[in-house]
Parts: sequence; structure tokens; C-alpha cells
Amino acid sequence: MIEAVGLTKRFGAKTAVDQLSFQVRPGHVTGFLGPNGSGKSTTMRMILGLDRPTAGHVTINGHAFRELPNAQRHVGALLDAKAMHGGRRARTHLLSIAQLSGIPEKRVDEVLAVVGLQDAARQRTKGFSLGMGQRLGIATALLGDPQVLLFDEPVNGLDPEGILWVRNLMRRLAAEGRTVFVSSHLMSEMAVTADHLIVIGRGRLLADMSTQEFITHNSAGFARVRVAGTGPDGRDAFAEILRKDGARVLQEPDGALRVTGLELPRISDLAHEGGLRLWELSPHRASLEEAYMRMTRSSVEYTSTDDPRAQLWETDPLALPQWEEGPAAPEVPQTGFFAPPPPAATGGSGFLMPSEPGELAASAQNNPEASR
Amino acid sequence: MTGAQTDPSTHSSAPAAAAYGPPVESRRPHLGHALASEWTKLVSVRSTLWTLGSLVVVVVGIGMIFIAQTSSGDYANIPFTTPALFGMLVGQLAVMVLGVLTITSEHGTGLVRTTFTAAPDRHRVLTAKYLVFGLVAFLTSAGSVFVVGTAAAIAHNGAGAGSHSTGEWAGALEGSFYVTLLGLLALAVGALVRHSAGAIAVMIGVVTLPPVAGAMLSIWEASAPLGRLVLQHNAPVALMQLFGMPSGTSPSGSPQTMPADLTQMALMLLVTGAAMAASYVVVGRRDV
Repeated sequence: MIEAVGLTKRFGAKTAVDQLSFQVRPGHVTGFLGPNGSGKSTTMRMILGLDRPTAGHVTINGHAFRELPNAQRHVGALLDAKAMHGGRRARTHLLSIAQLSGIPEKRVDEVLAVVGLQDAARQRTKGFSLGMGQRLGIATALLGDPQVLLFDEPVNGLDPEGILWVRNLMRRLAAEGRTVFVSSHLMSEMAVTADHLIVIGRGRLLADMSTQEFITHNSAGFARVRVAGTGPDGRDAFAEILRKDGARVLQEPDGALRVTGLELPRISDLAHEGGLRLWELSPHRASLEEAYMRMTRSSVEYTSTDDPRAQLWETDPLALPQWEEGPAAPEVPQTGFFAPPPPAATGGSGFLMPSEPGELAASAQNNPEASR
Repeated sequence: MTGAQTDPSTHSSAPAAAAYGPPVESRRPHLGHALASEWTKLVSVRSTLWTLGSLVVVVVGIGMIFIAQTSSGDYANIPFTTPALFGMLVGQLAVMVLGVLTITSEHGTGLVRTTFTAAPDRHRVLTAKYLVFGLVAFLTSAGSVFVVGTAAAIAHNGAGAGSHSTGEWAGALEGSFYVTLLGLLALAVGALVRHSAGAIAVMIGVVTLPPVAGAMLSIWEASAPLGRLVLQHNAPVALMQLFGMPSGTSPSGSPQTMPADLTQMALMLLVTGAAMAASYVVVGRRDV
């Protein structure tokens, strides 16, 4: 059990972590989410006694980390996959860490086998890929068979097989009654790994709830509707019909409509009454990623702008639908079946090589894949 | 999909499972564990081999050349261990580099975070570093000096060499200890500075700057006494003295040589001790 009370860390004028209080309970995988620079790593470092909090305190099983009698047997952590001397062999690296707490040498070979690095044990870690580094870092965390485990971005650089392995490992460790605290940027991964979420933004606690609760609280489902035909006329007309019936309609970049506030059968009925055919009418259940984006939008520290490529391309202003002045609908990954965008949406030559660069730029602005 | 299926099962089973505890009751680790760990770290990187190897090669190599160029009569006034001095004046740099790298390589790679996570009692780790490095540096330098001294004693034990007491071997041991202290000072500076290049630059300055600064201070009337003091109390001069080099440059310095031996050592102990104390305070408190 990890317990933080009023945890605060300031670096000069910048407050990295601000009055953070939370509990991480045993038996669950607890996800730790937040945009870049939101204070996730600083919080983890404070839990591990590497940074001293400016105010507040954090305890592990009731002890401050640096007062634990045998830290490695209580807490294991992976902070940075590259936190090792490149000239040392993998097994020697683990051995030197194990010896610090009197962990027997046999255990080193055990954890090497657990993470699947037995064949690379004699290699110098300089030649390790990021994924191998992650595995070695996880092995280091497991050395003391600890009750509390912290992982900072454990799946970075892992192959799909490795990601699946980490997911199962986390779930198994939690099922054994351990406390597992994992930070990650990969929302899809967190959605299937974490039972509980702690979300921070700009160093402040934004949410502390179960994953299911988080998704239902922070997002709304919608229906994706694609009207038959390539022109905007049918689409605009149907959007008008839907709005008259009380729905809220947004247009997606590829021409589909995003409808909230109406049941799917009702949308179908309205289309039938209006004499319109539909190419797509699909329910969209909110994902963790979407819920997360919605929640942290205001607390993102580093936001990117579109690359205007001034002077490099002839600009082609993007046309806004005349019936929607609000902001464009946020990008949402499409799930399940959807019709391919009509050729007209990609400038009429979607499957051909562009004959000149300007044509590519124009089509890229309409292409949802490219603008992501 | 798998997540959706496993979610409820874990939710229901988790509260039932008792909190996990290590099956074997673990005791608080002690300094011996940290010493074993530091020994593993020291012998498993190539920089150790390179620095200590170059120390041995330089001390023994230059010493042997010196021995080959001298005859028994040259040792009438100097100890047999003096040939090791010239190599040691260069070799001390290797000891300092290894001292710095012992700690800065951990900071440079981020390994220090893994180490301090595994052993939050940081002073235990730092003490182990000082002990392991100090012992290895002392044994290596003393060993090389012993090889050179023995070679000189065997090659030049003719009548012209005069009588030699075992006291000169003690002086050589003191010299090796002095070099070890320089290495420990380098380790302390490394712990304070945390950057390999920065700490090595500081240590090279500590060794090479005083002779230059002392000479410059001697130019002016007002600062001349201070300049002379600096010229007499610095690392290269102390090392020469400990290895029994007769200080022929200043006639007035000769009678002061014997008492200055202890002063030089005390000064070095004081500086190194202060730096080590500072390193304990800073490493214990600092965010890594």
C-alpha cells in the first residue's frame, strides 16, 4: 500500500507536484496517467525517496521509503530502462544490485529467466535495445520478490509479444496480492491492464477512480452516421433533420456525422422518412483514450501546433461546414466496421500518386489518417 | 477483449487475496553486502582495467627504464624505491580518474537511481565505494612500487649503493597511501560534482595548478611568502618528498624535509577528510 498525503515538489518557481494525495491499494493494478511534464515521474521518485518532497509525505506500508529495513525486499521499481552502466554485462549488473541486499546469486538467474533474457545474460548492456533494457529493468524490480512494485513506462520499446507479457505479468503480480503502480502513455494498454486509475495534470490530482468509472464519467458515446453519396448535399440535409429532432451533430474530417442525443433506431427511422440511404450507422463506445483526452485537455503542458510549412507549400484553406461554427470534432479512433471514405473526400484521386506536391498537401488535409 | 473478460474476475478475487509478503523474513542489509556489490561493480567494467593497468604499466615501465639507466653508485643517497616516483607522478592521474569514475559513471548512466532505490541508506553505499576503491588503489600502487623497488635493490646492490634501511620502504608505502588519498579525494569530488569530465578537470587542477600558482605568487614581494608556502605544500612536491627525493633545488629546504613529511600527509588527510565529509552530507540529502 502506497499512501501520499499533500505531496508537493517545487523546482524553483515551477511546481511539479502540487498537494497530491492518493492511495495505491494492494491486489490491484493501479494506472498512473498524465500528460508529459505532469509530474508522474517526480511523484514516483518521491515515493522511492530519490527526491525529497517540498511538503507532504509518502509512505509505503506505513514507512517512509528510506526508513524501510530492507527496501529491496519490500519495494521493486523500474524507473528508467537505460539506468545501467553500458559496459557491464546484464547478469553482473543484476548481481551487483542483488548483492546490495544480500539476495542470493541464484535469484539473479531466476529473474533473468522470468524476463526471458537468459541468452543475453553475458552481453554488455550497451548493445541492448530499449525493449531488452525494459526487461532487464523489470528483472531488477523483481529481484527482491517485493510486495510493492512501481513501473514507469514499462512497455516503451517492447514488441507486441513483450507488451502482452508485461500486461499478464502486472495482472499476475496484482492477483498475488501485491501493490502494482504503473505509469504509461499507452491508453489502450492501460484500459486492459489497470483496474484503478490515478490521473494527474500539472501536478494536481484530476481523478482517482476505477477504470470503468473513469470512462463512464469522462466521455459520452455517439453514433457515427455516413450518408450515401459523395456530395455534401445529402449529408447537410440529414444533419439538419437530425438537429431538428434534438440531436447534436458534428462533422468528422472524412465526411461522416457524429451524432449524440439520439438512439440508433431513431436515426435510422429519420433517414428512412427523409428518403436517405445510409452507408454507415455505427455505435461508438467511448475509449479510455478519449475519456483521458477530454479530462486532461486543459492541463496539457506541451501542445503542438500544425506545421504551417510557410513558403514551402501553396496553402489551401480548409473549408468549414457552414452549419457548424464550433471547433472541429476531436479525433477518435474508428473501431469496428466502417466504410472506406468515398473517393471524393480524398480529392478524387485517393489511390493515385499525386502528380505534384501541392496535390498531396491538399489531400492530406482531408485525410483523417494523415492529420492524426 | 481479454481485458474486459479478466476485469471482473480480478475485481472479485483481489479483496479475497491476502496482501503479499515475502516468504522469508529479511534482515537489514549491512556494509558487507554493499562491499560485495561495489567489488562486483568495480571488477565488471573495463575502465577499472584500463586505469589500473595504465598505472602499473607507467610506474613499472618508467621505473625499469630509470633502473636501466642508473648504476649502484647513484643509490648512495636515494632509496631503492625512488625509480617508482617518476611513474607515480604520471600514474596518480590514472588513480584519480578511476576514483572519479567509481561514482560519476553511476550518475552519468542513471544507474545511481537503481542503486539508491535498492539501497536507500546511501551512506552505506558511499562507504563501500570508498573502502573498495581505496583498498584496490592502495594495493595496486603499493604493489607496483614494490616491484620497482625490489628490481632496483636486486640490480644495484653493489658496494657503491651504500647501506639501505627498511625505513625507505615505509616511505614508499606512505607515498602509495598519499596517491590513494588523492584517489579518495577524486571520488569525493566526483560525488559532489557528479560529472566525469568536470570532476577529472577539478582533480587535474588540484594536482597541477599549485606549482604554477605558487611560482606566480612568488613574483611579487607581498605574496612571496604565500607563494613559497604553496610551492612547498602541494601534491607533486609531497610525493617527491615521500619517495625520498633529495630536494636539491632549495638549499634551505633540505633540513626541513623530515618534519614536512608528516605535515604533507596531515594536510592531504585534512583536505581529503573534508571533501569526504562534504560528500556524505550532500549525497545523503540531494535529489538524484
